[in-house]
Amino acid sequence: MAGERPPCAAGSDLFEFLLRMGDNCLILGHRASQWCGHAPALEEDIALANTALDLIGQTQFWLGLAGDVEGKGRSADDLAYLRDAFEFRNVLLVEQPNGDFGQTLMRQFLFDAWHLPMLRALTGSTNRAIAEIAEKSAKEVAYHLERTGDLVVRLGDGTPESHRRMQAALDLLWPFAGELLEADEVVARLGRTGVVPEQAPVRETWQRHVDATLRSATLTAPQTGHVQRGGTRGVHSEHLGFILAEMQFLQRAYPGAAW
Amino acid sequence: MTSNKPDTAAKDSGAAPTQSAPRRAEWPLWEVFIRGQQGLHHRHVGSLHAPDAEMAVNNARDVYTRRNEGVSIWVVRATDITASTPSAKGPLFDPANSKVYRHPTFFDIPDDVGQM
Repeated sequence: MAGERPPCAAGSDLFEFLLRMGDNCLILGHRASQWCGHAPALEEDIALANTALDLIGQTQFWLGLAGDVEGKGRSADDLAYLRDAFEFRNVLLVEQPNGDFGQTLMRQFLFDAWHLPMLRALTGSTNRAIAEIAEKSAKEVAYHLERTGDLVVRLGDGTPESHRRMQAALDLLWPFAGELLEADEVVARLGRTGVVPEQAPVRETWQRHVDATLRSATLTAPQTGHVQRGGTRGVHSEHLGFILAEMQFLQRAYPGAAW
Repeated sequence: MTSNKPDTAAKDSGAAPTQSAPRRAEWPLWEVFIRGQQGLHHRHVGSLHAPDAEMAVNNARDVYTRRNEGVSIWVVRATDITASTPSAKGPLFDPANSKVYRHPTFFDIPDDVGQM
């Protein structure tokens, strides 16, 4: 299998892009899974675990395809469990700590609001495998966004305490959202062949949805153009190392261990 | 014994508010009904807590349809259900016990009718 498909010219761009999609899902999924057994209510606990499982499932598709594209015989598991932090391509937003429930929720909402329009746009990708993964994932993510948007409004426009926590979460996470919306040269090159769609409409949809939700939630986005970036180039915050230490422990300590 | 009485009473009345004060208000209880893939009826599957109907449906989706069980969800506030009391079981149900003629098994169905 590995030898059948020589990496094409745009192979490394495509590989990079697939890692970004997969790593975003993997790291955010892992963060959500850390709430298992700790959420404020049983119903929330299960809802968060469902989200985590959806994201880990999507990771398998993205990283599986990344491994195929790379053509070196690496599986989704190899990519998830045997890469070091600087090889991860997720945005900094998803590796930020869970904090309180409001912080976890705001992080998920800001991500979902990008994830859904991005996936919907990717259903029109000229790469059929990408279009198929996007199609399947978009259904799950539509529910994620419905749930997180609803909860952001409820808690933002809730009690003084819940409002304070949601506004604090927004102030903290806002600078990290920008990285999701940036299109660098990798995305631009893949855009020329229609593998990755035009990013401007994705940004506009994100902006519209987030603005409307924050308005209903009586929350105010910070007036700062500052963007915390680096994750998509492999320059991460200190948090990712701790995540990997926990997530990769088993495969590192017992290489090749299987069920 | 008589000297214990006022003491216990004071302790009870004093302890109740301080113990319940830090407790958070529970969300109301909702009963969940799901119509399955092949089912014609909604069936009671369990209950959950949620602050309102919309979130009750969302929570029901997450708690009770994780394995693709349903195509439709009903939720109803548990307090809105009026149930028959167990003590009324006799008067309500016993009279139907010995009336086999209420079952439609005493009619001869003509062969021409076919499968009913």
